[in-house]
Amino acid sequence: MTETGVRRHLLGIEELEKAEIVAYLDEAERFLELSRKPERKDASLRGRTIINLFFESSTRTRSSFEIAGKRLSADVINLSVATSSTTKGETLLDTVKNLDAMHADAIVVRHPASGAAHFVADRTRAAVVNAGDGLHEHPTQALLDAFTIRRAKKKIEGLVVCIAGDVAHSRVARSNAHLLLKLGAHVRFCAPRTLLPAWSVKAFGVEVMDTLAEGVDGADVVMMLRIQNERLKSAMIPSTREYSRTFGLGRRILARAKPDAIVLHPGPMNRGVEIDDDVADGVQSSILDQVEAGVAVRMAVLHRLAKATPSPA
Amino acid sequence: MLVDVLIERGVFVRIGAGARAGVGADVRVLEGRGRWLLPGFIDLHAHLREPGEEYKEDIASGLRAAVAGGFVDVCAMPNTKPVNDTRAITEAILARSREVALARLHPIGAITRGLAGLELTEAADLRDAGAVGLSDDGRCVTSSSVMRRAFEYARTFELPVIQHCEDHALTEGAEMHEGAISTRLGLRGWPRAAEDIIVARDCILAEAAEAQYHVAHLSTLGAARIVAEAKSRGLRVSAEVTPHHLLLTDADVLGYRTACKVNPPLREQEDVDALRRALADGTIDAIATDHAPHARADKDCEFAAARPGMVGLEICFPLLLGLVKNGSLPLGRLLAALTDGPARVVGLPLPRLSEGARADAVLVDPNARFRIERATLHGKSSNTPFLGREVEGAIDATLIEGRVVYQREGAREAAREGSEAKEGTP
Repeated sequence: MTETGVRRHLLGIEELEKAEIVAYLDEAERFLELSRKPERKDASLRGRTIINLFFESSTRTRSSFEIAGKRLSADVINLSVATSSTTKGETLLDTVKNLDAMHADAIVVRHPASGAAHFVADRTRAAVVNAGDGLHEHPTQALLDAFTIRRAKKKIEGLVVCIAGDVAHSRVARSNAHLLLKLGAHVRFCAPRTLLPAWSVKAFGVEVMDTLAEGVDGADVVMMLRIQNERLKSAMIPSTREYSRTFGLGRRILARAKPDAIVLHPGPMNRGVEIDDDVADGVQSSILDQVEAGVAVRMAVLHRLAKATPSPA
Repeated sequence: MLVDVLIERGVFVRIGAGARAGVGADVRVLEGRGRWLLPGFIDLHAHLREPGEEYKEDIASGLRAAVAGGFVDVCAMPNTKPVNDTRAITEAILARSREVALARLHPIGAITRGLAGLELTEAADLRDAGAVGLSDDGRCVTSSSVMRRAFEYARTFELPVIQHCEDHALTEGAEMHEGAISTRLGLRGWPRAAEDIIVARDCILAEAAEAQYHVAHLSTLGAARIVAEAKSRGLRVSAEVTPHHLLLTDADVLGYRTACKVNPPLREQEDVDALRRALADGTIDAIATDHAPHARADKDCEFAAARPGMVGLEICFPLLLGLVKNGSLPLGRLLAALTDGPARVVGLPLPRLSEGARADAVLVDPNARFRIERATLHGKSSNTPFLGREVEGAIDATLIEGRVVYQREGAREAAREGSEAKEGTP
């Protein structure tokens, strides 16, 4: 936190107070309206420099941050750094020192290592936004999901949210669990035990369900997570066919949720695996609302953080 | 008890109140009033990094760190570059350590060539060159067939087999202990089962081969239970524990502290409690530092990229004396686990403070309080999560065969005044 009480970085949901989360969501409302106007520009970050530092490929998140920065009139630079354990390039420390020397106001970082955003934040003067660190957190995704839920349901407290799929390898699930529990929702994790962190209950305080039917039963929100092919190679699921049959969301299972339940997916979707076409494109789907909310929420985050950073001049 | 100790030509000549009688003025005097005189310590497990990674540590700096921690014998693990899997490398390491002439170095040879877990090393050759045991430390011999042959072959030449117990198939990409904290941090977990399975399997194989088996850096409550069971049946099984596994838990990793990244990982409080009990009741025979120096860049990075390990030679005794002072560990067990316990594992003479014995000793000020800082450390690296910790109990001096190989700054002043009186072991 700075002296003004505003946190300098957004590294994770776990460390946020409920009021800080609500403040982001409230501010995002204003930016959603702005984004729907023909002239989608706000001058508040004019002259500020935002660097999108992406060590993992990303289309949606990177472009969402880029659009958000540009709508706030900031200068946005995208850096995509290829990493692999075999070709060792510059260390993360040296990369950060170099960006710092260029007077970045904010660094938006995505990295395959959990804790990488914390590492960057400790070593730069810029405000740091975590755009996904390893299996750890993806806080702006959780904020945009909460924003989408709140707009659809007018509240979050008391809602039943089922997060289904590859929870063990999902930073989206972790950030969402923290956020939704802080805002008073009931959270269920639903997955085969191979894809469920064995310590879900102790680590997060969520409920755990072994079948999708139980998980979806009476839910207000059903959030499906992407299943990756590498889970087959590591003997976590036998086939996408069986996965789809047991944990894929189709209309029949969705009918067990509340009639007005909404369906979310952080994307990219595997249609026909974790989610059927008629659900993904159905009336209960809020998946494209999430994408729209993403820009608004990221504008709120950048607005707050880049403004909190003392001008380098 | 206040006694005088007279050393001549590297041997304790007289110990007792009258030891000063007839001693000339030209004799060097080391004042030890208010201090404990203890037998020299033995470390079964250190990584001295030479040959190959001298930017982290070398034999000279590692042995300087050893004597600063009261260690007079240090077993050096073979995961150097190149690996110590042949006689020539064992000889080169020993020759270098003799030039350095600080703590005595005892090489551990590899179990398998290049630590690859496939072909056995020439163990007879390694033993003849001076190796005191075999280990692939850093890697586990996961093939049951290779491990069986390793036990049988080592049994032929009476060498202990020291296993780094990790079923690598269960720890792929692992960064810390698997539990609620790894789940929250999103770090890949190293489950206890990966250690327990190997310890159990090895006890079974060692029994069949009638071999001597030693568990390196035991870290789980389950492994302690398995070792206790094996010992109760009279098997030649022993185990060591590190200071960090006795003092820290996975909660210390919170904040992505790379200084706490270590293999095996820091476990949970129930493991720490079980390890302390196992050390106290003799299930665990030895305390070993697993001194693992790393350069700054190896730790000042994202957690996934950080190298596992921490330095520990200089601070082992002060840290563990804290456990004695808070009642968690009997002093007698601490001292035995630093002397007789490790000596028996690798067949070194049992350290004794007695007339006629080799004059190896540590002078300890049990009440000296200090803060562990970079300056406390005498090796090339300072990767330890204990930096900043207040401890009580300092190594004032270390003697090897009568030579003062280490003396603490500030302890020298006390030595200049007064007599050669030393306080004996309590």
